[in-house]
Amino acid sequence: MTTIPVQYYLVVAAALFCIGLAISITKRHFIGMLLGIELMLNAVNINLVAFGRHDPERLSGQLFALFVIVVAAAEVTVALAIILRVYGRFKTVDPDQVNELKQ
Amino acid sequence: MEAIIFYIFSALTLAAGLFILFSKNLIYGAFALFLAFLGVAALYVLAGADFLAVSQIMIYVGGILVLLIFGIMLTQKKKKSDDSTRHNRVEVPTTRKIWGFLTGIGLFGLLLKVILSSDFRMSGEEMSTKSTIKTIGVELMTSHLLPFEIAAILLLVALIGAAYLALNRNPSA
Repeated sequence: MTTIPVQYYLVVAAALFCIGLAISITKRHFIGMLLGIELMLNAVNINLVAFGRHDPERLSGQLFALFVIVVAAAEVTVALAIILRVYGRFKTVDPDQVNELKQ
Repeated sequence: MEAIIFYIFSALTLAAGLFILFSKNLIYGAFALFLAFLGVAALYVLAGADFLAVSQIMIYVGGILVLLIFGIMLTQKKKKSDDSTRHNRVEVPTTRKIWGFLTGIGLFGLLLKVILSSDFRMSGEEMSTKSTIKTIGVELMTSHLLPFEIAAILLLVALIGAAYLALNRNPSA
């Protein structure tokens, strides 16, 4: 079984992480920022799984990735509830327009 | 053969990510995120994490993506055009383009330099082709029991908190 070197996974994960970072910086929509954060979490999981391949007895990397998925699910539910609450109050989903504290 | 599949799914994932980055319509972005999650699940399979790939598809595609699309649809402006032949686009303006691209490309360059100059010496032997489900189950119930229970409590707390926050989201109405 030919295996792919771990560096290939790391490069793909780094590219995905940077795309997610650019998305969450540039989008002017709360949910667009959440999409970027989800991409970043997935990129980190790719790293964990790629390194966990060399630990077949204990699988620490895959277990950690599993907990990251759980935390991501909890995070996105709470974030969506907060976004709905902010939308009910400010009638906008643009993070640049929710600037009441700055004025 | 394995390398070709790896390249195909990496390209799929990165293309979906770039599509989200450059598309103006957020609904299309959410559907592209589906492709990205699918590509990541395929990369998990290629790295020997079969259980994690199935969990990825079930949790992300079945749960998180549906939640995100609900969120997009619940935060729409009230007035839409009555013309039913027109698309109701979810246009998203972008801002801070220069800083976003500079940060992304700069960080990618830095990470690429670090990764290419690294020389990992792997000590353990490679993953064999057997299934990982038994190992994950035994590990979760023995050495990782405390994080497992804490994750359960975290999910319960997040569920109650999200339901409470979203319950009365229009106090004025």
